[in-house]
Amino acid sequence: MSVRGLVKRYGRTTAVDGLDLDLPAASVLALLGPNGAGKTTTVDVCTGFARADAGEVRVLGVDPAGAPDALRARIGVLPQGGGAYPGVHAREMLRVVAACAAHPLDVGWLSGVLGLDACGRTPYKRLSGGQQQRLALACAVVGRPELVFLDEPTAGMDPQGRRLVWDLISALRRDGVAVLLTTHLMEEAEALADDVVIVDHGRVVAHGSPAVLTAGEQQELRFRARAGMDLDGLRTALPEGYGAAEPIAGRYLVQGRIDPSVLSVITSWCAEQGALADDVQVARRSLEDVFLELTGRELRT
Amino acid sequence: MTSAMHSSPPDRFVPGTFTPRPGAGAPGRMLAAQAGTELRLALRNGEQVLLTLLIPVVLLVGLTLLDLVALPEPRVDSVTPGVLALAVMSTAFTGQAIALGFDRRYGVIRRLAATALPRWLLVAGRLAAVLGIVAVQMVVLGALAAVLGWRPAATGLAWAVLLVLLGSAAFGALGILLGGTLRAEVTLAVANVVWFVLLLAGGIVVPVSQLPGPLAAVATALPSGALAEGLRTVLTTGAPPGLTPVLVLVAWAAVATLAATRLVRLR
Repeated sequence: MSVRGLVKRYGRTTAVDGLDLDLPAASVLALLGPNGAGKTTTVDVCTGFARADAGEVRVLGVDPAGAPDALRARIGVLPQGGGAYPGVHAREMLRVVAACAAHPLDVGWLSGVLGLDACGRTPYKRLSGGQQQRLALACAVVGRPELVFLDEPTAGMDPQGRRLVWDLISALRRDGVAVLLTTHLMEEAEALADDVVIVDHGRVVAHGSPAVLTAGEQQELRFRARAGMDLDGLRTALPEGYGAAEPIAGRYLVQGRIDPSVLSVITSWCAEQGALADDVQVARRSLEDVFLELTGRELRT
Repeated sequence: MTSAMHSSPPDRFVPGTFTPRPGAGAPGRMLAAQAGTELRLALRNGEQVLLTLLIPVVLLVGLTLLDLVALPEPRVDSVTPGVLALAVMSTAFTGQAIALGFDRRYGVIRRLAATALPRWLLVAGRLAAVLGIVAVQMVVLGALAAVLGWRPAATGLAWAVLLVLLGSAAFGALGILLGGTLRAEVTLAVANVVWFVLLLAGGIVVPVSQLPGPLAAVATALPSGALAEGLRTVLTTGAPPGLTPVLVLVAWAAVATLAATRLVRLR
């Protein structure tokens, strides 16, 4: 799948503003961003439920506009919030969706492994959010698609359900399925995606593997020591471009690439001050930090 | 956390489980799965059963046995065609509109539209379910009417089937138009009010010939009046229904279908 310069407007609001995406087979691409960033709109255009105002979109080599039957037969979609008849039993619904595919997975097996058997004869509208979500996920994969769109697949799920979904997505990737995942959960993107595209206000603000996005110079080291030590000596001792601060009394923070020589500078400075550095932690940036840094806003707002 | 966290292949999913093997299902199987499910759902939904079976049964028995509306004897011969028309209206219009309104609310139309199910099958599946329920109604109500002494004109039965199909098309298209465009709660209110007004003033309980002049003229042009009067003619006399009821039903079906193809939204 590839997207170049996608623009989608609703009235005077521009929901997606020049987005580029690439998703090869057997890989997971996470669209990460806060609510209203344009993630769902992007999925809607790629699945043919909305028309692009500008840009080129190719899904399995086809223009998805108008959602042609031949394309829909090859993809699986988990629309945001799922979808089923209000009075239907989970298994009945899965059977209807399975009937739309030529070689569906075994409905009994899939509903068992996704914990849908526990839903029994409860109508869809009375299922919990997590159960509805697991049904939606089952519906998205039951047709053995080549490409799966999962819009917020773990929304409303407990940690156990989330673990199950993560396992499922890993298994899809392993078996050669391409997965486009939208999420506002950092852990999800970090744990699952080969590639993360961070979007905000319909634009790509960062793009790369989770490791690349969070690695590089932007490391930091935190430690505890006696409060109120003079940091000037440390700043002089550290190489160019490093920062040192005491954001909270007794908690120190050194920013920059932390390697053994930098570590030894820090410990010897502490020794000179007659202090012992305690609880030393070297942390990589999380995607959360990346987002905060790029947009000046928290992701979960 | 790093990307090395890509879980080692999880035990619950054997390698190859999800190896792509895409393709659309056979149209017949898709139709059967969708229509069969919608039919089952309608028959186990209490409110739908009240609307499509219980109320017509009560009206059939009540209007036959009680002298509420002045009708020629045997009363059952005049009552039954009206109740059959009511049954079609209840299922194809009111029931269909309400079901579609809430189906959209719960995202199922969108869900099905994202599968390989072609658009024409999505509509055909709903109509097939409607026809299935109408068939159940005709059998139940016809049998009950026969017990009450109904003896329809045998030569009119084929005409009656045609009229029921046309009525299902006209009311079904109107129901899809209503349920496919408005919010679920608004659909619920409108579909019930229209049902009640047409029941009393649309030529169903009170035959068009007994309505006051201007109302009779309006009722003749409504799908309820056309269907009820057409059924009264063919089932009591065995003669063809005449052109008016047929044209009225065809016109409503055509206009509503045209509007529905432009205005209906998936959610």
